[in-house]
Amino acid sequence: MTKIYNVEVDCPNCAVKMEDAVKGTPGVADAALNFMTLRLKVDFEEDADPKKVMKDALKRVRKVDSDCDIIL
Amino acid sequence: MTRKQKKTLIRIIISAVLFASALALKLTGVLNEWICAALFVVSYLTVGYDILIKAVKGIVKGQLVDENFLMAVASAGAMALRDFAEAAAVMLFYQIGELFQSVAVGKSRRSIAALIDIRPDVANLVTGDGVTEVDPAEVEIGSSILVNPGERIPLDGVITDGSTTIDTCAVTGESVPRDGAPGDEVYSGCVNLTGAIRVRTTKGFGESTASRILELVEESGMRKSRSEALITRFARIYTPVVCILALLLASFPPIFLKLTGGDPALGTYLKRALTFLVISCPCALVISVPLTFFGGVGCASRNGILIKGSNFFEALAETKYFVFDKTGTLTEGRFRVTETEPFGGFDPADVLSLAARAEFGTRHPVGIGIREAAGVPKDDPSVSDLTEKPGFGVTATVDGMRVSVGNPKLMKAEGIEVPERGRAGETNVWVSVDGALAARIALADAVKDRAAEAIGKLRSSGVEKTYMLTGDRRETAEKVAADAGIDRVKSDLLPSDKLEEFERIKETNGSKGKYAYVGDGINDAPVLALADVGIAMGAMGTDAAIEAADVVLMDDDVMKLPLALRIARRTLAISKENIAIALLVKLVCLVLGALGFAGMWLAIFADVGVMVLAVLNSTRSMRIKG
Repeated sequence: MTKIYNVEVDCPNCAVKMEDAVKGTPGVADAALNFMTLRLKVDFEEDADPKKVMKDALKRVRKVDSDCDIIL
Repeated sequence: MTRKQKKTLIRIIISAVLFASALALKLTGVLNEWICAALFVVSYLTVGYDILIKAVKGIVKGQLVDENFLMAVASAGAMALRDFAEAAAVMLFYQIGELFQSVAVGKSRRSIAALIDIRPDVANLVTGDGVTEVDPAEVEIGSSILVNPGERIPLDGVITDGSTTIDTCAVTGESVPRDGAPGDEVYSGCVNLTGAIRVRTTKGFGESTASRILELVEESGMRKSRSEALITRFARIYTPVVCILALLLASFPPIFLKLTGGDPALGTYLKRALTFLVISCPCALVISVPLTFFGGVGCASRNGILIKGSNFFEALAETKYFVFDKTGTLTEGRFRVTETEPFGGFDPADVLSLAARAEFGTRHPVGIGIREAAGVPKDDPSVSDLTEKPGFGVTATVDGMRVSVGNPKLMKAEGIEVPERGRAGETNVWVSVDGALAARIALADAVKDRAAEAIGKLRSSGVEKTYMLTGDRRETAEKVAADAGIDRVKSDLLPSDKLEEFERIKETNGSKGKYAYVGDGINDAPVLALADVGIAMGAMGTDAAIEAADVVLMDDDVMKLPLALRIARRTLAISKENIAIALLVKLVCLVLGALGFAGMWLAIFADVGVMVLAVLNSTRSMRIKG
């Protein structure tokens, strides 16, 4: 399953780190962040619950940079 | 500017005023040195308190090496050296740079978005009570909407009422407007020019052409190109490496100097090391590539070319072999009359008109071709008793005469033997009037006007070989290939053979250079998917093609192919320029910093300057011309 989220992030390097953080979240098969359009595309693993996974992902993202946000 | 940016700007101004007055007081020596220092610290905290907070938070969370941390260390180091002015200046310039970056990126983001923003905001929904303005997303399929002249068509649909001219430029890049009359399909994103029309919607907002195009463009950056992936990986090691170098710079030279009996000059080297830390932010590198590609995607889409990912810029730029489908790609996909040969004393124009009127009800492409050639009206009361016999032709009574139009089988059924005639690449249609042979009409699916020019352009830009795959007979195929300037032809293929044939072409040419396949995307989706770059043509309104292809040409103009190639190459070149500029400036600054020629101020300027330069340079990709 693939979902697209809007994100807020200031600098391109933070965006890269943010993408890594989402990628590393359990239940996420792959993630891609487009800094230009501020869109985050997340491929979930088959049996993952997107809502729960994204909550985790947001926590991880905040850890990387407190200014980042995923609009859930 | 956003609210956040405004807030930062105010802080910067306050801090700058404090900084300037502190500097003035210090230079004139009016106040005690320590009071000046305090002023510098206030200036420093005003502009940089959030950086310090973030740096501390980062340390607590175990995220050591980020920009905030580096800036905090660099400025704290300067303060430890009692250089309060430098500390404040570094923080001040860093924030100015960050603000500049965020404004510049936001601006180019908006201008690219504006470039591709073809999504309509309102739809005029027609109901029993009149016309109401609603959000296009709320309009249900099958509703009737009113589109006034000058308005953007909000949803895909069919014209039910009114006729007009439609500007499809935003969707297809084609500058010549199209005519629209009842029964014609219209696509969202196009602009209605001359007359008010009513449209029965056939798609919801999310599935409409405009939304689909925007979605593709917005998602394109998510398929990262090689250079993008490379620079991201590089950025990941760049910062730690520069930090380690800074550490070495702060420790080794003083130790060496100490051992050789000189003055260790600890302060000097610490300062140089701090300069390193300032240069270690990889943002200029990281932003330069995706921004360029995004500009390229925007530029392409304005020209009616949708490129589905940054990776396809690279593949397209390296394409050496183009494989074409024939019908609708190199040819127009429509039959045109090339010759009318009369028999039994008929006038060619008269017999063509008779045939066209007999064909007036047909949807067969040959019939349509004859009708177009004769230019007869759609409705003709003098025609009656019309029968269409699939696989044979049509028979009708026109002006009291019995007219049959069809293939030799139909003529034979009327007792007429047709002579042996015809050239390669043509289809013959026979006409009889009252049981006697009256004419042979030859039709051909003409090669597109600019096909040869487009292929010539591809070749001159480095494409090595061009192929054409078709299900047609050999003679027809070879004629088309010769007209279009195609190198090799594979004819008599079943649709299922195309995939195999494509594989074979790949095998014979080896793996140097990429392979592009250009088709209409309707029955050749597997080949489109297999090719390094699958290009679908004339895709406006066909979802299957948009889905299967990597590059989508919204209209069927062949000249878009060399243009796509050019945009891909230019975009790639600009992104390489950006990488080179960013790396070079950083390297020079590192060297100058290590030798003591560049202080922290210069380092900050270099860092921000190169970033702004990269942003400005990458917006050039938005304006690539054909």
